[in-house]
Amino acid sequence: MQQLLQQLINGITIGSFYALVALGYTMVYGVLKLINFAHGDLFMWGAYIGLTGLSALVALMSRGGPILILPVSIIVIVTIALVGVLIERVAYRPLRSAGRLAPVISALGAAFILESLARNIYGASWKTYPTGLVPAGRVALVGGVRISVMQVLVLVVSFLLMALLYLFVYRTRIGTAMRAVSLDHEVSRLMGIDVDGIIATVFLIGPGLGGLAGMIVALYYGSFDFTLGWIFGLKAFISAILGGIGNIPGAMLGGMILGIIETLGAGYVSPQWKDVIAYAILILILIFRPTGLLGERVAEKL
Amino acid sequence: MPLLRIENLHTYYGHVHALKGIDLEVEEGEIVTLIGANGAGKSTTLRTISGLVRPREGRIEFGGQVINHVPAHKIVQMGVCHVPEGRRIFTTLTVMENLMMGAYTIKDEEAIRENLRRVFDLFPRLAERKNQLGGTLSGGEQQMLTIGRALMSRPRLLLLDEPSLGLAPMLVKAIFETIREINARGTTILLVEQNARAALKIAHRAYVLETGRVVLSGPAQELMRDERVRKAYLGER
Repeated sequence: MQQLLQQLINGITIGSFYALVALGYTMVYGVLKLINFAHGDLFMWGAYIGLTGLSALVALMSRGGPILILPVSIIVIVTIALVGVLIERVAYRPLRSAGRLAPVISALGAAFILESLARNIYGASWKTYPTGLVPAGRVALVGGVRISVMQVLVLVVSFLLMALLYLFVYRTRIGTAMRAVSLDHEVSRLMGIDVDGIIATVFLIGPGLGGLAGMIVALYYGSFDFTLGWIFGLKAFISAILGGIGNIPGAMLGGMILGIIETLGAGYVSPQWKDVIAYAILILILIFRPTGLLGERVAEKL
Repeated sequence: MPLLRIENLHTYYGHVHALKGIDLEVEEGEIVTLIGANGAGKSTTLRTISGLVRPREGRIEFGGQVINHVPAHKIVQMGVCHVPEGRRIFTTLTVMENLMMGAYTIKDEEAIRENLRRVFDLFPRLAERKNQLGGTLSGGEQQMLTIGRALMSRPRLLLLDEPSLGLAPMLVKAIFETIREINARGTTILLVEQNARAALKIAHRAYVLETGRVVLSGPAQELMRDERVRKAYLGER
């Protein structure tokens, strides 16, 4: 029981990483019906920008401490969000009426460019985050379960961000317009919605969240290299599909489920088998629910 | 000065020359109907006016301003609202959210409440179902929602594309009565219909389109008596 709870906490932590990144895939898919393959690499760039920012700040202040994370987070969010918008503008918008395949290829191209840029600028070696930013201690919870300060930080930040995003998408005028654009571009334009503006907003929010997640993941694991975006990006993409691509609560749920299954598989069977277990379950879910767990909750009839 | 004036309008879909020089006017307060067979260019005319497709030649003037190159979402702000064919409501948004999207261009909360009151007054059924998802409504209710949603922007000109399509005869009658009612409350209407008889009955004037050209026009009552119209569009021998 204690082990199960411990694994669940670890699983939810990993799951919240997947969820934050999955949101970017699912939001872009919602409005453009495009898998933004560059998203994983935007996430990876978040880790690098975070590294540069935190290293510089630690050197400058000659001290660590969690407070340094806040200004760097803002820099990461803003930078990656702007790069996201730039990619949409340069690589996707000109191809808006070119069918489904061309934008996908363009997205893959953007992914390779971002990845190569990271390798060329930062080098191919593993990078290590400055230590001492987050206190290393663990907090004991009921039943002997322990949670690290880092995990508390990760969970608080990601659940807060997800709650804010949910409120934005389901409770505000712009969020509702975003959902309208996901359903029908043409009718949205006839409502007076600036569809290009809404798409740009999605490319601010998705990559912004993804970039921040990149920094948090690197902070959590301590070190990373330029392949981070590929591995995490793929798993987050799978989370989005699992939850029902295009569905925002689905991406959150899918991320959590994948994180938990992986962690339980690693803990109860063996770490070498975690991916086999996780993806076998995933394939089964997709066979029995091809639209994902929350996909198309309402029959779309005309 | 007419509210809407179209001169020599040419629109293409790729290489297909869909509109071949349409001239058309709509005066403030009128119901004008476009009738014609499938592929005559009726829907294309509406889509060109609302900015969904761009004309290659000619001009569209609304309220004295040329709107040929104004983006679709700005044309809505100017007071033209287009209800496209096929009841395209937002299925996974609630009825209320659908209506709020109709009022997207309006910032004044008080004006939105006022428009909502008018729409609920016209379609009490929508008020009953305001918290349901759009996709759960019946066909007739969905058509009410598309029209109600368009009225939320309080347009000066309402473009209606085949509002009676696929509705049961009872509902068709109700929809046409509603269109007349909307017009009586001060909205100018340009109506595209396959159901020429019903359209001519409520319209002040009409244009007959054939393969991208206006072949006949005049007061609706006169066209109803016209030999060619009776044969081709009213199903008489």
